[in-house]
Amino acid sequence: MTVRPASPPLGTPAPAETVLPETVLPPSRSPAAIALRRGLSHGGFLIGAGLVGLIVLVALAAPLVAPHDPYAQDVSRRLIPPIWHAKGTAEHWLGTDKLGRDYLSRLIYGSQISLLIGVSAALISGVIGTTLGVLAGYYGGRVDAVVSYVVTTRLALPVVLVALAMASLVGGSLKVVVLVLGFLLWDRFAVVTRAATRQVRAQDFVAAAKASGFGAGRILGQEILPNILNALIVVATLEMAHAILLEAALSFLGLGVQPPLPSWGLMIAEGKPYMFFQPWVITIPGIALVVLVLGINLLGDGVRDITAPEGRT
Amino acid sequence: MSEPIVQIRNLTLALPRGADRPHAVEDLSLDLMPGKILCVVGESGSGKSMSAYALTGLLPRALRVAGGEIRFEGRDLLRLDERTWRDLRGRRIAMIFQEPMTALNPVMRIGDQIAEMFEAHDLLTPKERRARAVALAGEVGLPNPEQIVRSYPHQLSGGQRQRAMIAMALALEPAVLVADEPTTALDVTTQAQILTLIRDLQTRRNMAVLFITHDFGVVADIADHVAVLQRGRLVESGPAEAVLRRPQAAYTKALLAAVPSLTPPERAPITEAPVALTVTGLAKTYATGGGLFGKPRVVAAVKEVGFDLRRGETLGLVGESGSGKSTTARLAIRLIEPDHGTVRLGSLDFTALGPTALRDERRRIQMIFQDPFASLNPRRTVEQIIAGGPIAHGTPARQARARARELLALVGLPQTAAERYPNAFSGGQRQRIGIARALAMEPDVLVADEAVSALDVSVQAQVLALLEDLKARLGIAMLFITHDLRVAAAICDRIAVMHRGTIVETNRTAALFRAPEHPYTRSLLAAVPGASFTESA
Repeated sequence: MTVRPASPPLGTPAPAETVLPETVLPPSRSPAAIALRRGLSHGGFLIGAGLVGLIVLVALAAPLVAPHDPYAQDVSRRLIPPIWHAKGTAEHWLGTDKLGRDYLSRLIYGSQISLLIGVSAALISGVIGTTLGVLAGYYGGRVDAVVSYVVTTRLALPVVLVALAMASLVGGSLKVVVLVLGFLLWDRFAVVTRAATRQVRAQDFVAAAKASGFGAGRILGQEILPNILNALIVVATLEMAHAILLEAALSFLGLGVQPPLPSWGLMIAEGKPYMFFQPWVITIPGIALVVLVLGINLLGDGVRDITAPEGRT
Repeated sequence: MSEPIVQIRNLTLALPRGADRPHAVEDLSLDLMPGKILCVVGESGSGKSMSAYALTGLLPRALRVAGGEIRFEGRDLLRLDERTWRDLRGRRIAMIFQEPMTALNPVMRIGDQIAEMFEAHDLLTPKERRARAVALAGEVGLPNPEQIVRSYPHQLSGGQRQRAMIAMALALEPAVLVADEPTTALDVTTQAQILTLIRDLQTRRNMAVLFITHDFGVVADIADHVAVLQRGRLVESGPAEAVLRRPQAAYTKALLAAVPSLTPPERAPITEAPVALTVTGLAKTYATGGGLFGKPRVVAAVKEVGFDLRRGETLGLVGESGSGKSTTARLAIRLIEPDHGTVRLGSLDFTALGPTALRDERRRIQMIFQDPFASLNPRRTVEQIIAGGPIAHGTPARQARARARELLALVGLPQTAAERYPNAFSGGQRQRIGIARALAMEPDVLVADEAVSALDVSVQAQVLALLEDLKARLGIAMLFITHDLRVAAAICDRIAVMHRGTIVETNRTAALFRAPEHPYTRSLLAAVPGASFTESA
């Protein structure tokens, strides 16, 4: 730090004629508060937030809400139909599977796995993609050329095929699925943050920060990141939904989460032989999957709408 | 006196719910006379553009007609259906817009766009249309009409594009021409030519013109009648001479008083104060295009620019777009790196600093930006914005925040502004925040890049007064970049005129305005709109 000269005299405020009529300020809200206010009148956002919020609550409170142990087998009570069926019982609201495990409990614990995979895959890919995208967008030039090359290379890889190959090479497990998806799904993060960063970088407030002697870290953290956060949240929701569906597909093919873990995709796979006579073993986890993904997508679209540029207050 | 061709009676346009006022335009009555130009003047948000849109049936969907009528050739324009409008627009009522680049179709040749006017109304044969297009191009003063009709909009200059727009508007010989700020995006010398052209064509064809503008200089040059709007209401109207010379309404008087004069006050030369900024031999060239094989196009943006600036002095850097004045500003604060040349701050060679030293020394030269909306980070509070720079340089946060509040008072904003986000402020207020941010660094030199160009004239006068006052009190040296000679006259001690990347003339402000030496300076001064009006006022 350099030695700074004494402050110039500030004593009196500016002369009255320069404070003229403009000094009456309208009520002000933070950008976050404005977004929240818009969110409360956005149907899709409310539905999406409601669905996702409900599933998250259930997943967190699984030991409290689940009526049975999801792993407890009882071969004498196999394939009991759900409660709305003539042969249903109040003990197993959604019936039991081929090993006599309570289907509702498995569904509830399965939500933990889906959310865990969605959130951690989006987190890993988000960190990778955002880092690459922001660096490419901010520095441009050679950095941009290298990142764009890496992104193009990644886009040339078929995700499902690579995931399948990796899972069959290393052997499927929850950890492998999370890592494989995390390292495959970052492309959209990179593309979107790169474009958004370029846009923000061209704004004068970034030039002002540079002129104030801010370092690159501070500029990226304070000036750029907060202004591309909306786009990031939207991409994150899309990739969460994407990861959840891919996990289900991998588990269905036996290369994802391994039994006896109660993954929704695995539940569908295990119900496959019974689908013609006990269709609920497939439709129940299927509907759960659809509801979660729909909720996440609605939430993402909602966030995109309510954080759209100012001027629509 | 002849009958008015358009009569606007008690026009009221309702804004959507939640806007800052219920009506965009309220109870507006105006007459348009054939062969006369009516200028509608007002600041941003006065409803002047909306009244033009109502006259062409192009009102945005969000606006609703809440009352009144517009009589034209026996019909009420507010009650026409879209079919009738399509027939009327272009043929009887034509419009020209502010931004000729976006109003022309970029993938269509100019001649085809003019000919399209006839095509849309099923007039003439294709051959006749082409011939008319060439004739019209000639009439609006486009050079080489036969050739220019075959060019695309991007091959034309801004003034030529506006001429092409005018040719399109005139194609079907409309009775009424609506012009929405048609010269605002143009350089001052081009603006003067376009104004003359509109005036000429209008007399030759006996058209009625509704001319929307915010610039009283333009009004003085072109208007027969003037209507002044404030927040959607008509505050004054009448013959141009009367409104400009003997304004009745207090608002008109205030607006006219805020227009800076072209006879700058004689300012004492500053020769004693130490030199704060010395620029020598600064040069920057840009290479564009070229790609893998082609040869890149090299443009010299700034060529061998040099000047010096003393403490407490304001040097104006004046020029038209593309003259290199903004590049010079950005070179001076090292937002971009020069090809060669030096920038000295006092005895410090600013251009020779390495990255770390540069970050420490940057506080000594600060910038105020043109666009008050893009220059403040929307995600940070005003206090964070102002205190951020000092904190990055190691000032304790508490001290920096206290200082931010002092600076708010200094630039004339209330203390309560500190916790707010930029979206709560108007353009003029945001510019004050930008000034406070620059002052927080306690700079020796302040670079103002078109700092008042985006502001309305009354707000502009306030911000200029603030800058003048700060400079005097804090003894800061100021480099003031502007395209507007009136603004330069109001604030600069000396002016350097830039043309094609070089400084062609530097002189004390009053002397430069009194006796410009370089021909380019003379042509700039001659082109300032409304020169005669403010000279004698």
